[in-house]
Parts: sequence; structure tokens; C-alpha cells
Amino acid sequence: MPEIRVTPLGAGQDVGRSCILVSIGGKNVMLDCGMHMGFSDDRRFPDFSYITRNGRLTDFLDCVIISHFHLDHCGALPYFSEMVGYDGPIYMTQPTQAICPILLEDYRKIAVDKKGEANFFTSQMIKDCMKKVVAVHLHQTVQVDDELEIKAYYAGHVLGAAMFQIKVGSESVVYTGDYNMTPDRHLGAAWIDKCRPNLLITESTYATTIRDSKRCRERDFLKKVHETVERGGKVLIPVFALGRAQELCILLETFWERMDLKAPIYFSTGLTEKANHYYKLFIPWTNQKIRKTFVQRNMFEFKHIKAFDRAFADSPGPMVRSGLRGPARLGPCLQVVFATPGMLHAGQSLQIFRKWAGSERNMVIMPGYCVQGTVGHKILSGQRKLEMEGRQVLEVKMQVEYMSFSAHADAKGIMQLVGQAEPENVLLVHGEAKKMEFLKQKIEQEFRVSCYMPANGETVTLSTSPSIPVGISLGLLKREMAQGLLPDAKKPRLLHGTLIMKDSNFRLVSSEQALKELGLAEHQLRFTCRVHLHDTRKEQETALRVYSHLKSVLKDHCVQHLPDGSVTVESILIQAAAHSEDPSTKVLLVSWTYQDEELGSYLTSLLKKGLPQAS
Amino acid sequence: MMALPYITEHTGFTGTVYATEPTVQIGRLLMEELVNFIERVPKAQSASLWKNKDTQRLLPSPLKDAVEVSTWRRCYTMQEVNSALSKIQLVGYSQKIELFGAVQVTPLSSGYALGSSNWIIQSHYEKVSYVSGSSLLTTHPQPMDQASLKNSDVLILTGLTQIPTANPDGMVGEFCSNLALTVRNGGNVLVPCYPSGVIYDLLECLYQYIDSAGLSSIPFYFISPVANSSLEFSQIFAEWLCHNKQTKVYLPEPPFPHAELIQTNKLKHYPSIHGDFSNDFRQPCVVFTGHPSLRFGDVVHFMELWGKSSLNTVIFTEPDFSYLEALAPYQPLAMKCIYCPIDTRLNFIQVSKLLKEVQPLHVVCPEQYTQPPPAQSHRVDLMIDCQPPAMSYRRAEVLALPFRRRYEKIEIMPELADSLVPMEIKPGISLATVSAVLHTKDNKHVLQPPPRPAQPTGGKKRKRPSDDIPDCKVLKPLLSGSIPVEQFVQTLEKHGFSDIKVEDTAKGHIVLLQEAETLIQIEEDSTHIICDNDEVLRVRLRDLVLKFLQKF
Repeated sequence: MPEIRVTPLGAGQDVGRSCILVSIGGKNVMLDCGMHMGFSDDRRFPDFSYITRNGRLTDFLDCVIISHFHLDHCGALPYFSEMVGYDGPIYMTQPTQAICPILLEDYRKIAVDKKGEANFFTSQMIKDCMKKVVAVHLHQTVQVDDELEIKAYYAGHVLGAAMFQIKVGSESVVYTGDYNMTPDRHLGAAWIDKCRPNLLITESTYATTIRDSKRCRERDFLKKVHETVERGGKVLIPVFALGRAQELCILLETFWERMDLKAPIYFSTGLTEKANHYYKLFIPWTNQKIRKTFVQRNMFEFKHIKAFDRAFADSPGPMVRSGLRGPARLGPCLQVVFATPGMLHAGQSLQIFRKWAGSERNMVIMPGYCVQGTVGHKILSGQRKLEMEGRQVLEVKMQVEYMSFSAHADAKGIMQLVGQAEPENVLLVHGEAKKMEFLKQKIEQEFRVSCYMPANGETVTLSTSPSIPVGISLGLLKREMAQGLLPDAKKPRLLHGTLIMKDSNFRLVSSEQALKELGLAEHQLRFTCRVHLHDTRKEQETALRVYSHLKSVLKDHCVQHLPDGSVTVESILIQAAAHSEDPSTKVLLVSWTYQDEELGSYLTSLLKKGLPQAS
Repeated sequence: MMALPYITEHTGFTGTVYATEPTVQIGRLLMEELVNFIERVPKAQSASLWKNKDTQRLLPSPLKDAVEVSTWRRCYTMQEVNSALSKIQLVGYSQKIELFGAVQVTPLSSGYALGSSNWIIQSHYEKVSYVSGSSLLTTHPQPMDQASLKNSDVLILTGLTQIPTANPDGMVGEFCSNLALTVRNGGNVLVPCYPSGVIYDLLECLYQYIDSAGLSSIPFYFISPVANSSLEFSQIFAEWLCHNKQTKVYLPEPPFPHAELIQTNKLKHYPSIHGDFSNDFRQPCVVFTGHPSLRFGDVVHFMELWGKSSLNTVIFTEPDFSYLEALAPYQPLAMKCIYCPIDTRLNFIQVSKLLKEVQPLHVVCPEQYTQPPPAQSHRVDLMIDCQPPAMSYRRAEVLALPFRRRYEKIEIMPELADSLVPMEIKPGISLATVSAVLHTKDNKHVLQPPPRPAQPTGGKKRKRPSDDIPDCKVLKPLLSGSIPVEQFVQTLEKHGFSDIKVEDTAKGHIVLLQEAETLIQIEEDSTHIICDNDEVLRVRLRDLVLKFLQKF
């Protein structure tokens, strides 16, 4: 029995390090190749030795698909392809292909330059790895080989994020990556057609959350930022350079413009400008509104948002309480800062956080999900004393706010997508086990499909029963279809034909054609039964009586009386002859071929009962 | 696509229109410009009596020679354009679009313009390719996808170059040198053009050329109601561009260098000659503007303005209009006229190369491609040459394509497939007889296992006589093979028949079962059992015979 096997190497009952192996129709596909932000040891990358211990990965994988540019989905790619060794194709969308190497380089710099890690991938490896990438367009059917095809669907989430359909013959799997079912300020909503896959692998970050309307959340966010700024506090918004950052920038930019606020908004340097540039060039991937208006005004050209210089963080803002100096008015008034990375696990956002954490006037707004083990996660779970490197303890006095701006689908969105795609089975990844459990039940109840949630390294096996495509000769098909249109079409009708199997070529043809093609002669099997009737009249009259009798019984059949005196019922021939010895007995010769077996047999038994007395 | 509103808005067409995103966006710009140009010069009256065939006949040339004047229509409005475009469903290259489960349609890059497509229409067993407006040259769009056109049963080929004798590369060179020459002499250059397409390539050539030619101080003006949109849109369709341009966005840089020309103020664009343009206008300069027919649009003003001076030059690059006819109303003209048509679509040499590569079974094309152009009847190289010869079509002609559909795809349910018993008839060829229920939905056919025969419902109800009548439509399999007489007789004996006599006949044998008064004629490919009305006996004999035969 053919089967589909799925093994998460990462993101199984967990968020981070997304990496899922799928075997379908004899093909092996790896979905995403991410890193885990909560770890800095071996556990940060998926365990590729699961695929093969010795031997090239290329021999075991037909292709790798990357859903979007977030590091927990592509962070292990150079390690995987260059250090472990994989030379096959890597598929991703064009914006992902453009942005992914930048984030990888950024990640590498933090790991190697700042943390001084050895044995990490190099810049050259990132370049070599990206050479193996093949760009896919939305809805384009990419033929990986003769049998395996993949197709990308729009996923929202971040620029260039895609869901992928993986298809071999009539079996298919859909992997959502991360997606968002509600359009936001810069991206559209995920969409998939009713492709009815055997299996839908979906993320479940917000498996239990149903978020209120986006407008409310936006208003809340703006209110909090505004209030803090008004009372002279500072607002830190840790973000990833691409994605949420642009949405929040658009939001603040329009708010600032409407309220005529002067306080500058800063964005930590480096990626930002470049990032905004990517958004300008990939306008077709953004939402309807931005696409419509970009000629007049490109939404990614910000007036109020400026690049940030690291020295600023130290400079006293207008209202910083440093008892000795008082409210200094020198230097730029640094009040609202977007800084990377988004989970406060390293880099600039963490630096600023450490500087600002001491004041209760300040506020940090976490606009997205934080992986376990990061500072972000710790402060969100209420921890107020953090142990930093070098045994320092950092006391957090600043206000900590969580605003769900992550562009993940919430429980409602996930259910919506399941409804859209109509899968036969659902498999949850990229979420926490407890929450998954809840969603799993909900999906099983509502859609009556099986739902799985394997842990890392655990394999789910689904047996599938793909139907077998064959060619049917048009003659046979048309003959059957024409008969299917008759009034008694409600009765199930049997199609009869012969399947010719030659090598891997399967054709269904009518039996006559099969015989002809194979050069075989038909063997005709004919039966002739003698039925004795007591009838003193002449043969012709007997035949006529037989005719009228059959005509009255067999209303649905074609009964004919031929000029030569014989009677036919469909293709069955009945002739009356005189008995050689007994003149008062007539012999009916009923003759039919094997193909009319039932009717012939019925007729003989009918005639055996004799004819009704002529009136 | 320029005629789309006539179909979607005036014919009652209710179907879906498929097109790529750049086609829709840039098509909208081209239509918008056309509508804008036409609406600028409203006509209070329009003459239509001349369109009467009897009147038209008497008119001077070229009016007399115009074809099908009665079908000429007014230009559509922007409302109609928007309505037409709203009916388009966007598709991407290599996207497989299912139409009613019967055929699959796929657009492929044709290499001619941003988002331009060839189309494959295929069922499971037949493939028709529609190749129109394709280019094998490397310009800005994604290269033409030739590989996917292979194995076509029919290839419909149209939209070849209008100027088969001109080499686009040479024309671009000529364009640049003439432009430089005029400007250096203090003259102005006018380039009548469409707002999208070749202009991107021209600007790119000029970008590389102006510094070396010492033209960096000369202003370039691009005047069109959609100039800005066209330049902006060209930059965001990276995915539809050639590889070189695609890689630029990874840097990230705009794919076309005209962004830099605009930034450095060398290229300026205006919606029309009114407004800002009149303030900024400096001479000598180079102006790109429409419409290439010189009958409407801003180009008319420049023709009037510059036509009298021999210092100025008009350079025709668009191949759609005869430049002599376009210029006719402006004669006498002192300004220099240069004709460098740039048409990157396939020429006949490229066509034969393409056909050799793709090898379709049949080629179908418009009639004029099957003979040399009327003006150059000796140029037999200017026609499509392929084997078998291309089939040609004419306006409003229905052409029957020369292939017969013989097979269609059907799916066999796994349960049914499991129940099949294949027999090897010849080495490598196996047969299995299939009796199944055919289900057809959305043009997809599925064979399901036959339902189990219903259990006879007890004898309580009185049977009507008609219940017993067998349905003659239940087909019995065909038989094949032959019966070896000796073995058959042995089998009969084994089954308790005695007193068996075998007689040879001309064609075979007769087996007589004297006791049962039964006669069995056995020939090479037929068997005839003649017996008394003894059903049990007959069925026994039947089954014995069937043992020797194969069923189909």
C-alpha cells in the first residue's frame, strides 16, 4: 500500500528550527531548514544525521523547499547544504531568495563576530548555498522531476512567504509554512484553492488564540506608544528587520502624520533601508491597496522614521531620570525605537533593552511571538530579574507589553484554511504541544479528519490509496456515456472493457478492440437448443404464435418476425421446424451466442412452458 | 489585448479571461493612453455614410482599399476598459489552469514583452500550442520558454515580425547614432513610440551610450499620460524579467537603469506637454511620445513645431505603421526622417530554428506566412518552410485540425484495481477484463467496483413475470482462443460423458454425445453447441468449453 510519511526534525510540538521530512510517492522532500533561537549549542540546528549517517544528503533528498525568509525556517540552510553537504535543488520564492542571504549573513555576524563561535558557516558558504536556489513563482507548477511537482501559494505572513503543494501522481501534501489569514497593512491574506491534499501540514503558533479585530489591536498599540511618549518615557519595539517592522512603521507613520507628532521614530540601522528597498521592488507581493497606490506614493518611503545611530542609546533623552543631570535637552530626543532582533536574544534590541530596563517610565512592546529561552520570552512570562552574561542580574522595571502583531493565523484562521483546502488529514507543527492538543480536537470534531501532532523525530505514516490513471479509448467512453443518458440511467451500469498493460502504458479499450489490437480472433460460442412444442399447426403459424407470445412478454426487447418465418429477440434467432417423427410436435430451434447467454437461457425456459392457447 | 473591451463589453461574452499580471497592468496603461489621446480631441460629428460599400468604391485610395470598414468601431471609454480588466483572472507562467476538467491551459513566457505569453492547451492525450508574438532575442523580458512547447500535436504560429528584413540590433545602433548626430548639430529628436515595450530597451541603450557620445547634458523627455506609471511598473515586475535584471533586485537595485536616468535628471517624464513640461522645456532635446501613427497624441504638436527645420529628426522605431503614410499629412517636411523599425518578434530564420527544436506534428499559421510577401515575391526565404507543410487559415475561416482524439484519461479506484486479474497474453503485454461502474463528474471519469448483486428478497412478494427477464445490456465478455479437440474429449470423459464420437469436418471437428443427443461443432474460432432443451446439460457443457477459452 502506498503511504505518505512525515517526520519533523524540528518544529514538532515546538516553535523554531522548522524542518520537516516528507516521503510521498517514493520521493523525499525536506520542508524548511531552520534554526532554533532558544539554543546556541547543537540543538539550534535540526539533526540531519536522521536522514543519513553516512552518504550524501543529495542521494536521499529529491528537493528542499523554504517557505519564507525567517531564520527559524531557513537559518540552518548553509550549514545543511555546505557543511553537511547537499547539492540538490532548493526552492523558494524570489523575495525569499533576495532577503534570505542577508538575514543569514546577519545571523552569522552575530554568532561569529559577537559571540565568537567557531565552526560556523562562512559568508562564502552562504553564497554557495544560494547558488543552489531555484526561484518559484506563485501558482507556477514546478516540475522537480518527471513525477514530483510543487506549486507555491500566497501565504501573507512576511514578504514572499509561500505555502507549498507537493504532488506525486494523484497524491499530494500541502505545507503552509507560516501564514496569515487576515490582510494587514502591507500584506494580503493567505489563499489556497480547494486542492484536497492527502495531508495538510499547518503551523499552529496561535492554536488557541482567537484574536480580536486588528483595528482594536492597532488602536491599543498606538495608545500605548503615544501615552509613553507623552509622559516622556521611551518605547522600545524589538522587531525583525523585515516583516512586522514594515507594518508597524506604516502604522506609526500614518498615526504621526495624523496627530502631527514631532518625536522622531528611529529604526536600528543596517538592514532597514535595504529592507524597505526590497519592499519597494516586490510591490506585487504586497496587498491590494499598496499595489494600487504605489505609483503615486510608495508606502515604504517613510518621512518620520529615521535611521538610528548606536551612540544615541547612551545619550540622555529629554526626560530620562538621571537624578544628577536632570532632564537634559541635548542630543536627539530618542523616544521611539525599533530595534532588531525581535526576541531580545542578541544584538541591538538587547543592548537598548539593558540600558532602558531600569526605568518604570519606559516601555518595551513585544509585537511578536518569543521562543523559549530568549530574553523576550522570559520577560513576557513575568520574570523581572534576568541573569545576563557575566552573572550580572538585570532588574526590569520598565513596562512590558505584549501585542500580538505576528502575522500568524489564529485558531479561526487555521480552521478557515483547513476548510479551504479540504485535506484528508491534518498535521500540526510549529506550535506548543498543549495548544496543539486543543486545536487537534477541534479539527477532528469539526472536519472529521484525522489530525496528527508528531514530536521531533517521530514519524507519522498515512496509507493512501491513489487511484490508477489509465487511458480509455474514446469510442468505449462515448458509447458508455451515451447509454448513461438513457432514462434508466439511475440503475448503476456496468462498463465492460479490457485493460491492456504494456510496459507502463495502461489502456482500457473495448473488448473487440483489444482482440483486434493483439491480432487475436474472436472465438464464437453459440448454443442452439431444441425446444419441443405440441402444436399441430403449420410451422409458420407456430412461429407467429411464438412471435406474439414473446412480443407480449418481452416488452422492453426488440422482438421481430422476419419474412423467412423466423423470429428474433434482439440477436437471438428462433426458428420453427417440423418434428421428423411426430407431426403434432414442432421443434423450436433457439440459437444464441455466449454474449446473449442470460436472455437465451431465459427464452428456452420460457418457451418450454409452452405457448398460451390461442384465443 | 487592446481590443478586449470590444469582446467583453459588447458581445455578451460572460467567460473568464486569463492573463498575466504585467499584461493586465501594462495593457491597462496602453489602453489608458489611447483613450486619453482620443478623448482629448472630441469629435462633434463623425462621418459614416462613406462606409457604405457602394460609396466607398468610388472614393480615392487609400479609403477605397480599406477592408471591412463596416466593422470599424469607436474607441472604448475608460469605464469599459476597467470593466473589461475586472473580468481578467491573473495567472503566472507555467501555472496549470484546469478548464472544466476537460483541458488544461498553461501560459509560457514568449520573450517578447513583460508578461507576454504563449499558451498550451492540452488534454491528457493531445497538446495544442499557441505561439504568438514571441522573441528569441535577449531584451528585457524573461526568455522564451521553448522546451515546454515540445511534443505538440498542433502548433499555431502567428505574430511574427512585421519587418523580416531588418535586424533589431543594427536598428538600435542606427537609432543611437542618428540621435547623437542630430543633437550634436543642435537639432531636436522626436521618437514616436508606445509608452511601454521597446522604449525600455531604448532608454537602456541610451543610458550606456550618452556618456560615451557626450550627450550627458541633453535632456530626454518622455511624455505620456502614463509615462510615470509605465516607468514605475517596469521596476516592480522583477520576476517577469530576464535573468540579468532579476539578479539586480537581490542587491537591491531597480532592474532598469532608467531609474538612474530619472534620479540624475537626465530623463524627465510628463503626463502631457501642458503644465510642468512647458516650464522645463529646453532645446536641443530628445522627446519620446505617442502616438506612433502621428494622428493623435502629443507627437502631433512636436511634428508641427519641429517639422520645418532640417536640423531636427524624427526617428520611427515602432513597426506597426508605415512611416511614409504616417508622415503623409505633414508633407512637405524639412525635418529629417529616419526609419529604424525595431521588431524583436520571430523572423523566418528563427521560426525554422524554433520548429526544428520543438518539432510539432502540424503547424497552423495565417495564410500570408505561407507565401513570400507580395512586394518581394522572389524572397522565398520570407515564408514558413516546414514539413509537413503548414496549414493556413484565413479571416473567419474554420479549420479542422488533422488529428483524431482516441483516448481520454480515466481513473481506476484502488479497490477495483486490486480485483483485476491480469493475464500475460504475449511477452510484456498483459490483459485484464474490467467490469466496473463508470462515474463521470466535472468531466473526470472514475471507474468504481461494481455493486454486489443484491440479495434476492425472500419469496413473499409475488414475482411479476418481467422481473425475470434478464437485462440484455449486461455484457458478457468476448472469447478468444481455440479448443483442442482431444483434450476437450478427455475432459468430457472425465466429467462423466460417455459414448463420445468425433467426426472430422472440412473446417474442424464435430463431437457427438449420442446419449444426450447433443452435437458440438468445433472450428478454429467458433464452437456451436446444439442440444435439447436441457439447461443443466447445456450449462455443464458451456462451462467445460469456457475452460479452454480466454475471456475479454
